[in-house]
Amino acid sequence: METKKNLFATSLGIVAVGAVIGVLAALLQKWGNPGNMGICVACFERDVAGSLGLHRADVVQYLRPEIFGFVLGAFVAALSFSEFKPRSGSAPLARFLLGMSAMIGALVFLGCPWRAVLRLAGGDGNALFGLAGLATGVGIGTVFFRSGYSLGRTSKQNHGLGLLMPLVIAGLLVLGLIFPQIPNEPKSGVLFYSLKGPGSQHAPLIVSLVIGLAVGFAAQRSRFCTMGALRDLILFRHWHLFSGFMALLVAAWLTNLALGQFHPGFANQPVAHTQSLWNFFGMLVAGLAFALAGGCPGRQLFMSGEGDGDAAVFVFGMIVGAAFAHNFGLASSPAGIGPHGMAAVAVALIACLYIGFSNIKRVGA
Amino acid sequence: MTEKVDARGLSCPQPVLLALSKMRDMKTGELEVLVDNEVSKENVSRAASKEGWELAQVREEAEEYHLLLRRS
Repeated sequence: METKKNLFATSLGIVAVGAVIGVLAALLQKWGNPGNMGICVACFERDVAGSLGLHRADVVQYLRPEIFGFVLGAFVAALSFSEFKPRSGSAPLARFLLGMSAMIGALVFLGCPWRAVLRLAGGDGNALFGLAGLATGVGIGTVFFRSGYSLGRTSKQNHGLGLLMPLVIAGLLVLGLIFPQIPNEPKSGVLFYSLKGPGSQHAPLIVSLVIGLAVGFAAQRSRFCTMGALRDLILFRHWHLFSGFMALLVAAWLTNLALGQFHPGFANQPVAHTQSLWNFFGMLVAGLAFALAGGCPGRQLFMSGEGDGDAAVFVFGMIVGAAFAHNFGLASSPAGIGPHGMAAVAVALIACLYIGFSNIKRVGA
Repeated sequence: MTEKVDARGLSCPQPVLLALSKMRDMKTGELEVLVDNEVSKENVSRAASKEGWELAQVREEAEEYHLLLRRS
């Protein structure tokens, strides 16, 4: 029989974690993060890519501490509860390309599933099209799973390999401390810092880091996953993760109302455009990629902290995808989709479908 | 006779899909599901309970979990 109970993974636990994340995300906006972007894994990884100079879009360059907190918080949680299990070897290149595709799709919409919910909680009606696209993409992913899709089994790795991602992340955090932001300077040592735009808007470093660590810890324990929420609902009619997803939405909405951050409408929403079709298709691609890779961008960070090397590969795929998105004019801006945004969605969708169809097999039971 | 599902090394949602498929084929009886992480253990246990299967035993061995599910 079960000997230990993980309270975070109970029905009440997942709702509490979702609600706490919703409140913290709305507070992060009040404390400096961009509008309806208290937490956005895709946007923040894109900002990290910019800070490292992988792309030169000068409005989205900042070494976001929340990302590092997510990985390290999950790492601490996994270590504390004997869940740090180094593993990898399940189609890493496919996962890298899925990460790239997910990021390209997310940057056409301008947000990951976390931000789609936060945008809705802030009154941005355009998020409805993104969420519909996300659900459709995840739904297509479940069809692949029902058809026998699998990227294959992972194998156990040694602890040294499992520590690689937490060490890389800690290294990036140290890099940020060595080269901190200098007021009114676009560069500090090797790092780029936005002077305008979303990259220039951020909560104090220590606040972002502590909240990131707390979210990483709680999400690892609760298995919080925005894609899994939709997938389990569609595939199994299981409401467990979805209840956490809804708790995030409601808690962020109520906190936004209390803080005067709720502004319903479609036009002039922060870091958003109104091209509904592309909001839908961008998130469709992202949703499909997350589903085929087995986790939303947040969950991929948390799993990488648990020692999952394949999830780490997906994360780096997203970071490289962000660089391509901005270097090649694939990413949207509040003015609308990028010059090559439509082509990017088509190519990323084809890549996801190729990976999906080429990995349909029957796993031996 | 106890039927078996080996879901080691597989990530969500595959362990649950495999276990559910087997449970639905068997309808009743005894099923052992082998997983190698806590998340799959939780997910398979939760899915089994929703399907009306009893989690009769959880045995941890060399960082692997043997979940014994039963339905009469």
